[in-house]
Amino acid sequence: MVTTWINLFLSFGKIGLFGFGGGLAMLPIIFQTARVFGIDEPGEFGNLVAISQVTPGPLAINAATYVGYYTDGLPGALAATIGVAIPSFVMVMVVSYFVEKFKNSKIVAGTLAGVRPVTVGLVGAAGYFMLSAMASDRNLISVGILFGTLLLSGKWKINPFLLIGIAGVMGAFLIR
Amino acid sequence: MITKGNGQNEDFDNSHGCENEAGLYIKLFLTFLKLGLFTIGGGMAMIPLLKDEMVNKKGWLSEDEMLDCLSVSQGLPGVIAVNMATYIGYRKKGPLGSLLSTIGVILPSFIAIILVIEILEQVSASPYVSGAIAGIKAVATALILVATYQVGRQALRTPLHFIMAAATLIAVGILSMNAVYAILAGCGIGIVSTFLKPTETKNTTSGEKANMNSGGKKVTDIKEGLPDQTGDEEEQDGNNMD
Repeated sequence: MVTTWINLFLSFGKIGLFGFGGGLAMLPIIFQTARVFGIDEPGEFGNLVAISQVTPGPLAINAATYVGYYTDGLPGALAATIGVAIPSFVMVMVVSYFVEKFKNSKIVAGTLAGVRPVTVGLVGAAGYFMLSAMASDRNLISVGILFGTLLLSGKWKINPFLLIGIAGVMGAFLIR
Repeated sequence: MITKGNGQNEDFDNSHGCENEAGLYIKLFLTFLKLGLFTIGGGMAMIPLLKDEMVNKKGWLSEDEMLDCLSVSQGLPGVIAVNMATYIGYRKKGPLGSLLSTIGVILPSFIAIILVIEILEQVSASPYVSGAIAGIKAVATALILVATYQVGRQALRTPLHFIMAAATLIAVGILSMNAVYAILAGCGIGIVSTFLKPTETKNTTSGEKANMNSGGKKVTDIKEGLPDQTGDEEEQDGNNMD
């Protein structure tokens, strides 16, 4: 019990400590962590991401709560969520004393410049994981929704929540 | 990615400006609770809403302070929304303020996810529900692919950047390498190339605010160099650089 809580806390602490570039870029690390805690099918990870995307709040917090709750109920959810937030909390308080130094630091600028392309690759990797998750569903209507969204969102910038709503309704009646 | 708040908190917020101690703590908590509730899709999506709330409505931060907040929040690792809540809470009311703001921004997620999991467990047998989730999954996948393209178009400027992004995608996505190593390798390459090209740093420091204004994504970074344990992956990417 307690070991599970500590494991969740530390694993998600690592995500909070190394996750650059926002929720989508953090998804691959979250996936690798979720696997350790038994969410190891790509399909299940797909559910995690889909639910985290459509639920209010920051993606990484949603995912941490999801994995923690899935693993060990309410205490697990608390351990994982606090774990992912703590590094931010401490680092931001420290850095807020040195904002000017922070902004002008060469090391800071260099780290950022180097991390950004990696971030792109990580978001791409999250996309790859999601594609594997969809492949396991083997459903043509899903594929149609995927390409429809690529076009509607990528090209015509249709509001994503409208698309999520439409796809949810379509899925409910068409995907079996 | 945002739905606007419906302004239910407005009368509370404008309570004659009598900002007594306890009042400001409660305001911080409620403001970030609202932001957590109405932001769907992550910290980036929260930025315009946060800016409107902090700069225009509450007047808690000036435009410049907001830029500082963004550069710290995006430049440090971690959940961006938590970084922003901690930063602003700390600026306004010290450690307790940042704690309350952070709890406020996290709480809606926490409760919503637990509710969703519980409800789904009750109805998971329904083919309508599993179908709806499959449909949403397809949209989520497409949105991530679109995000990859958009972030890539903005962030990948040199051949080295493309190589680094592709190496990360292959190593983490297909070969299942630990994503932390890719991040550490990126930090290492970035720091080394910054010190190798002293001319470029001038641009970075002076052009920073301009960049932030235009892209809203230009960021500065982690305060201390990350431990240099990039190991073999660093070498691998290092070779790509040549």
